[in-house]
Amino acid sequence: GEGGGGWKAAMRVVVGIKRVIDYAAKIRVKPDGSGVDTANVKMSMNPFCEIAVEEAVRLKEKGLAKEVIAVSMGPQASQDTIRTALAMGADRGVHVLTDAKLQPLSIAKLFKSIVQREDPKIVLLGKQAIDDDCNQTGQMLAAIMDWSQGTFASQVAVADCQERVSVTREVDGGLETLSLKLPAVITTDLRLNEPRYATLPNIMKAKKKKIEKLTPEELGVDVSSQIEVLSVREPQARVGGKVLESVDELVDKLKNEAGVL
Amino acid sequence: GLKVRVAQATGAERRSGKELTKVGSSGGEMWSRTLLKSLRGARQSSQQSGERSLGTLCIVEAKDGAGGLDSASKATLACAQKHLPKPFVALVASDAKGASEEAAGEIASLAGVETVLHGVSDKEGANGLLAEPLSQVVAALVGKLEPTHVVTGSNTFGKNLLPRVAALLDSAPITDVVQVVDESTFVRPIYAGNALSTVKFVGKGPLLLSVRTTAFGSEALETAQGAGAEVASVGAEEVAAGAAAEALSEWVGEEKSESERPQLDAARVVVSGGRALKSKENFEMLEKLADQLGGALGASRAAVDAGMCSNDLQVGQTGKVVAPELYLAIGISGAIQHLAGMKDSKTIVAINKDPEAPIFKVADYGLVGDLFKIIPELAEKLPSQK
Repeated sequence: GEGGGGWKAAMRVVVGIKRVIDYAAKIRVKPDGSGVDTANVKMSMNPFCEIAVEEAVRLKEKGLAKEVIAVSMGPQASQDTIRTALAMGADRGVHVLTDAKLQPLSIAKLFKSIVQREDPKIVLLGKQAIDDDCNQTGQMLAAIMDWSQGTFASQVAVADCQERVSVTREVDGGLETLSLKLPAVITTDLRLNEPRYATLPNIMKAKKKKIEKLTPEELGVDVSSQIEVLSVREPQARVGGKVLESVDELVDKLKNEAGVL
Repeated sequence: GLKVRVAQATGAERRSGKELTKVGSSGGEMWSRTLLKSLRGARQSSQQSGERSLGTLCIVEAKDGAGGLDSASKATLACAQKHLPKPFVALVASDAKGASEEAAGEIASLAGVETVLHGVSDKEGANGLLAEPLSQVVAALVGKLEPTHVVTGSNTFGKNLLPRVAALLDSAPITDVVQVVDESTFVRPIYAGNALSTVKFVGKGPLLLSVRTTAFGSEALETAQGAGAEVASVGAEEVAAGAAAEALSEWVGEEKSESERPQLDAARVVVSGGRALKSKENFEMLEKLADQLGGALGASRAAVDAGMCSNDLQVGQTGKVVAPELYLAIGISGAIQHLAGMKDSKTIVAINKDPEAPIFKVADYGLVGDLFKIIPELAEKLPSQK
């Protein structure tokens, strides 16, 4: 409501986070072609999700949000990723526990259930997960909530009235700024912010923060997939070429061997 | 029910007891008036029985001043033409009436098109491209036309729009497709293109997909023989479907790079700079090289992050994906995420002072040395391509 000192930090922010193979890890496709090998591979919070958590925490630090809730969906190990978000400054976590292979549409539906429970004004998600590279969940959640969407955000500014948010987006031609009515789904792009490292004191503090455990059944969401993965393979490897001795040699090769000049 | 599919380019097909023959001679297909009339008739009867009968709905974006269809739109239409069920209806979304009409006219002359629709929004300007109202219009159009497939490009326009449409239709989309295996089976890259996933759609449909420009952009578009397709305005009912959502968002402004150079995702040559350029002024040194080669400028994430150039130059997993004839990676180390955006280039040249830089593993030709010496020498010795 209006008036009084308390109205400013009225907003609740939900942040979605995903546990993925670390961006620097070497990707190995299983010999049977059933998928990518994740055994004994380093897992981390999806880089775009880190940016989303950082942005949410900054909203709290600016006094615009009163609570940041970190949400992740997946197997037991997703807990680790939620703990990292809590260590970065999120207040509490929600873990939707499932071993099912979740696809964006199912995830969006799970988020809808959580959004209906938590009543946030902003949902922050990474623009894409670096494993499936889908770039769909945020847009889908906005659709089924009938909310506005600000995708590929490189700048987010909540209006003083807290009824609208200005989002600058990285698009093919450059930058575009939209004014969105709240509540909104915002997906983060690379240059929105530089996420903080969780400090040891904050990691310790995070152990005391609550993580609520839910299941898709409890949320009433059917997570069966409309898409079947038939096989996964490696792309054709590019054969490395030669290091040349001089610019002259390069120009000659480009002209006479590659035929591109 | 009657399921009508139009014959593919390879000859006569028999479908559901109805024989469809390719009319006309050599080369491309000719869609005779009689064939189209019979399709319309079939569609009416199948709409009554609730079956889908339109092949594909293509969504293309026509921007003011673009001077014709962009590469993403061409890739969308090429994919529809070569790989997806016909006939197709094209929907032109635009920020300007003139651009919209120009694009519609261009599309109407293509083979396989039944109708081109435009005039999606009453709003002039970039508000006509906002996802919230546009997705509702598209969803309404899908409800009316009942296509089996909906396709658009995998550029920022398509990425912003298609998943929203898909969710409204409760259909899981398949995005960033690089290969069509059959009408329900597709290949898409995952893990920054380090793996390729073959997926099959098993939902009730429609099947929504977005296509990577580099995978379909080089296929030439076939023109129709005979009269072109009908160009019409989107129906009032469908336009009205977007009205309520217009309140959700508003276009405020943009910062776009103006350049005479070719578009990055369609250029024959790309001159790309990385962190080693060190400054904006140094980065501008590449502009001369790009101009000499008649190419576009590209950049690694590090260069953009450092403020050396604008974000629209970024090539990579989460930036633009390019596949030019010639890609010059200058002062770029070759991180996985960058390779994802350029490893399908025909010829890759790497210039870097670190002989261990991963870029040399994918480059056809490399030069190890100081780029600040190599680039001026290269500029001097390259024949001008303009």
